Amino acid sequence: MSADPLDTLATIGKGKSTRSALRVVILALIAAASIASRLFSVIRFESIIHEFDPWFNFRATKYLVANGFYSFWDWFDDRTWHPLGRVTGGTLYPGLMVTSGAIWHALRALTIPVDIRNVCVLLAPAFSGLTAIAAYLLTNEMTTSNSAGLLAALFMGIAPGYISRSVAGSYDNEAIAIFLLVFTFFLWIKALKQGSMLWGALCALFYGYMVASWGGYAFITCLLPLHSFVLICMGRYSTRLYVAYTTWYALGTLASMQIPFVGFLPVKTSEHMPALGIFGFLQLLAFLDYVRSAIPSRQFQSFLWIFAGGIFTIGLAGLVVATSAGIIAPWSGRFYSLWDTGYAKIHIPIIASVSEHQPTAWPAFFFDLNMLVFLFPVGVYLCFQELADEHVFIIVYAVFGSYFAGVMVRLMLTLTPVVCVAAAIAISTLLDTYLDTKTPPEDQQSAEGSEKKSAKPGLKSASKPVVGVYSIWSKGLMVGSFSIYLLIFVLHCTWVTSNAYSSPSVVLASRMPDGSQHIIDDYREAYQWLRQNTKEDAKIMSWWDYGYQIGGMADRPTLVDNNTWNNTHIATVGKAMSSREEVSYPIMRQHEVDYVLVVFGGLLGYSGDDINKFLWMVRIAEGIWPDEVNERSFFTPRGEYRVDGEATETMKNSLMYKMSYYNFNNLFPPGQAVDRMRQARLPEVGPTLSTMEEAFTSENWIIRIYKVKDLDNLGRDHISAAAFDRGQKKRKATKKRGPRVLRVE
Amino acid sequence: MAPKNKNAAAAAAAAAARTASPAPAVASSSSFSSPSSATAATTATTSTPAQQVSAVTSVPSVSSSLSNKPSSSSSSSSSSSSKAAANQSWDKVIQNLTKHYLDTTPQRTKLIDAFQVFLVTVGALQFLYCILAGNYPFNAFLSGFSATVGQFVLTASLRIQTTESNKKEFPAVSPERAFADYVVCSLILHFFCVNFIN
Repeated sequence: MSADPLDTLATIGKGKSTRSALRVVILALIAAASIASRLFSVIRFESIIHEFDPWFNFRATKYLVANGFYSFWDWFDDRTWHPLGRVTGGTLYPGLMVTSGAIWHALRALTIPVDIRNVCVLLAPAFSGLTAIAAYLLTNEMTTSNSAGLLAALFMGIAPGYISRSVAGSYDNEAIAIFLLVFTFFLWIKALKQGSMLWGALCALFYGYMVASWGGYAFITCLLPLHSFVLICMGRYSTRLYVAYTTWYALGTLASMQIPFVGFLPVKTSEHMPALGIFGFLQLLAFLDYVRSAIPSRQFQSFLWIFAGGIFTIGLAGLVVATSAGIIAPWSGRFYSLWDTGYAKIHIPIIASVSEHQPTAWPAFFFDLNMLVFLFPVGVYLCFQELADEHVFIIVYAVFGSYFAGVMVRLMLTLTPVVCVAAAIAISTLLDTYLDTKTPPEDQQSAEGSEKKSAKPGLKSASKPVVGVYSIWSKGLMVGSFSIYLLIFVLHCTWVTSNAYSSPSVVLASRMPDGSQHIIDDYREAYQWLRQNTKEDAKIMSWWDYGYQIGGMADRPTLVDNNTWNNTHIATVGKAMSSREEVSYPIMRQHEVDYVLVVFGGLLGYSGDDINKFLWMVRIAEGIWPDEVNERSFFTPRGEYRVDGEATETMKNSLMYKMSYYNFNNLFPPGQAVDRMRQARLPEVGPTLSTMEEAFTSENWIIRIYKVKDLDNLGRDHISAAAFDRGQKKRKATKKRGPRVLRVE
Repeated sequence: MAPKNKNAAAAAAAAAARTASPAPAVASSSSFSSPSSATAATTATTSTPAQQVSAVTSVPSVSSSLSNKPSSSSSSSSSSSSKAAANQSWDKVIQNLTKHYLDTTPQRTKLIDAFQVFLVTVGALQFLYCILAGNYPFNAFLSGFSATVGQFVLTASLRIQTTESNKKEFPAVSPERAFADYVVCSLILHFFCVNFIN
C-alpha cells in the first residue's frame, strides 16, 4: 500500500475516457475468461457433444442446416417414438437450433468454413461471455458503484452453478437461455426505470426469444408480474410501471404465442394467469389513478369501493368458472412438483426419475456458488437499504429463486444470476468503503467529511459524526483478506469446472495405475457398430435415456427417447424390460424391435447403468399396468434390492437382468463372477436367453446389444427352440411327460 | 344520453343541496342544469332507468327531497335514503369526472381517447362474437383480440407519456420520442398479429 503506485493508479483511473476504456477492456477479459474456463472438456477430450439432450439438439440443428428453416418448422420425425413418430417441429424450442444455424450461415457468408458441430460445441461458452456482459448491465442498473457491475460479470462468468450447464459441448437450451434470462431482466429494469415503451418492447422481444429457447421462460412469466404486484402492494404504482408492464405483456405474450410448442398456452394454462391478472389489474389501477386525479378524495373512496369490489368479484368468479369449465387448464404436473416435492414421486414417476428434478441437497449450494452463498444475503440486505423499484426486483427474484433452487436441482441455474448480482453489490460496497484512497488526515478533514456525508442520510445520522475507516491496517486487512477469498473462489470455480462439469459422459475417462489417462469409449464404439452393422431402419429398443444418443450417433429409429411426451409408450418399454421373456417377446414383436440395447456397468463399476435405473422402469411400468408389474416383487423379503444369488425370481427372470448378466460369468473363473458396481457375487450359473441373441458387447461391457430373434422356422416357441439348441431335449421331454417323473440325470 | 345527463344533473343538484359539498361541484352542476330544475322533476316522476336501482321506494324520496329542500330529506327514511345517497354520489362522481375530463384534456389527447374508445368497441365486438359464435379459428380471434388490446395499451402508454402532468415521471421521454416508440411498438405488435393470424 505504498503511495506512489496508488497515486499513479488513481491518476490513471481519474479520466473518464480512460475509465470507460479500462472497463471495456476488463469486460472483454472477463468474457474471454468465462469462455476459456469452459473449454476443459474440449481440451481433455475432443470437440464432442455431451450427455443426452444435446444430442437431440445437435441432430435437429443438422436437420435445420441441411433442409432449411421451413422444413425444419414442419419436421415430422418418423425415426423416433416408433411407431408413433414425433411432430418435432411443433414440439421443440427452436431458439437454440436457429441461433446456431444462423451463426453457421453467418460464418459461411464470411467465408469461414466451419463445421456445424463446432458451432454447436462452442455455442454455450460464447453465450456465457454474453451472459457476463448482461450481468454487468443488470448490476449497473442496481448501484452507482462502478466495480459492482464488473464483479457481477466476473462472478457470472465463472460461477460453477452456471458453468454446470454451459461447458463446451453442453449444447442444451440452457446454454443460451440464461443469457436471455439475464438480459430480459436487464431490459425490464431499464423499461421500468425509464417508463419507456421502446425498452418494454425490447424486453418483450428478448422474452419472445427466451420462450423460443427454453421451457424455463415461465420463470420470467411469473417473476415480472410478481415484481409488479409487490411494487403495487408497496404503494409504488406509477405510470412508468404501467407503460413498462403493459408493453411487455401485450407484445411478449403475442411473441410467445408464435412458437408452435407454446401456442395457446399463454391464454389457457394457469402458469400464465398471474401475468394476465396483473395486466388487467394494472389497467384498473391506471384508470383509478386517473379518476383520483380528477375528483375529490371522498368521492373517490366511494367510487373505489364500488368499482374495485365489483371488478374483483367478477374477475374471481370468471377465473373460477373458467378453471372449472376447463377453459383454463389447471397447473401441470411439473409445477405441482414445485410446490409439493413429494408430488411427483407419487403421481408422476417419470418426472421424479430424472435426477435433475430431485430436490437440492444443501452442499450443492456451496459446491455451485462457494462464497457467493454467504455474500448473497448481504447483497439482498443492501438492496433493502436502498429499496428503489429495481432493488425490489432483486429481492423478489432472490426469494423466488432461492425457493425454486431448493426444490429442484436444475433450477440452481436460475438462482445463480441473482446470487452473482447480490454478491457483487455486497463486495463492491465493502471494497468501496475500505478502498477510499483519498483518506483525509484524521483531524481537520474528517470533520468536514463527516459533515458532508451526514448531510445525505438525513436526521438520524446527522447528530453523530460519521466514523470512517482511516487506519491503513484495517484497510489492508479487509482488502487483503477479501482478495484472498476472491482468489480462493476462482480456484474453487476452476477446480469444480475441471473436475465435476467437464465430462462429456459419452466418453469416460479413468486413470491407469501409473497415473496416465485412459479413455473409455464404449458408447461411441457401440453406436458405431449399430450404424455399420444394422439395417438403416432397424428399430432399437432401449431405456429412454439413450434414445437421443442412438438417434444422434447411430442414426437408427428408437422406441422412446428423452423427450418424454408419451408416458404410456415409455411404460411399455419399461414393461418389456421388467417382465419375463415370454411377456416381453410379444411386446417387442408388436413394436417391430430389431435390437435391444442395455447399459451395463458391472464389469467396470460404472454407476449410471440400467440395473441401477431399473427400479424406475419398474415403477413407470407399474403406473400403467399395476397388476402385471409389481415393484415389491423385485425386492427380497427383507426389502433389499439384490442382483446376486439371493435376488428374487422376478428379478432373475426379468429381461433386463438377463440381458445385463448374460454370459457375464464366462469372464471369470467358475463361481467367481463379481458385479463390481454393486459388489455382488453372482450365481455360478448365468441367466439364459431364448428369445434374443447377443449381437454386440463393447470393449468394457458398458453397452450390450441383443438381436431379437425372428419367429422360429419350425413354429416352435422360442423357449423350447432354445432349449433344443442347447441340447436339453430330455428336459423338454420330461416336461411333457409331466411332473411326477423323478429325474435321474 | 340526453335524459341520463339531465337526470344526473338533477340528482347532483339534490345531493349538493343536501350535503355541504365543495363549491366547484355546485358550480359545475349549474352549468349543465340551468333548465334542469324544471325538467328534472318531470323526468324523475316518469322514472328514467338510471335511478331504478332501488326501484319504487326511491322515486318518492327523491322527489320529496326536491320539493322539501335539505332538512326533511336527511331524516325522511333510513334505508332507502342511504341507497339513494349512494346513487347520487355515484352520479356526481361521474359528472365530476366528465367535467374534469372536458376541461383539462387537450384536443390531441381527446383524439387519442377517441381512438381508444374505438379500440375498446372493436375488442368488445370480437369478444362478443367469440362468445356467441364460438372461437373456432382461435388463432384469428386471438390475434385480432390481442391486436386491439395491445394497441389499446400502447395508445394508453402514449397518452400517459404525452400528458403534461406526467412529465416528471418520464424525464427521458419527450413527446416525439414517445410517438416514435409508439410507432415502433405498434409495428412489432402488428407483425406478430399478422404472423399469428393464419
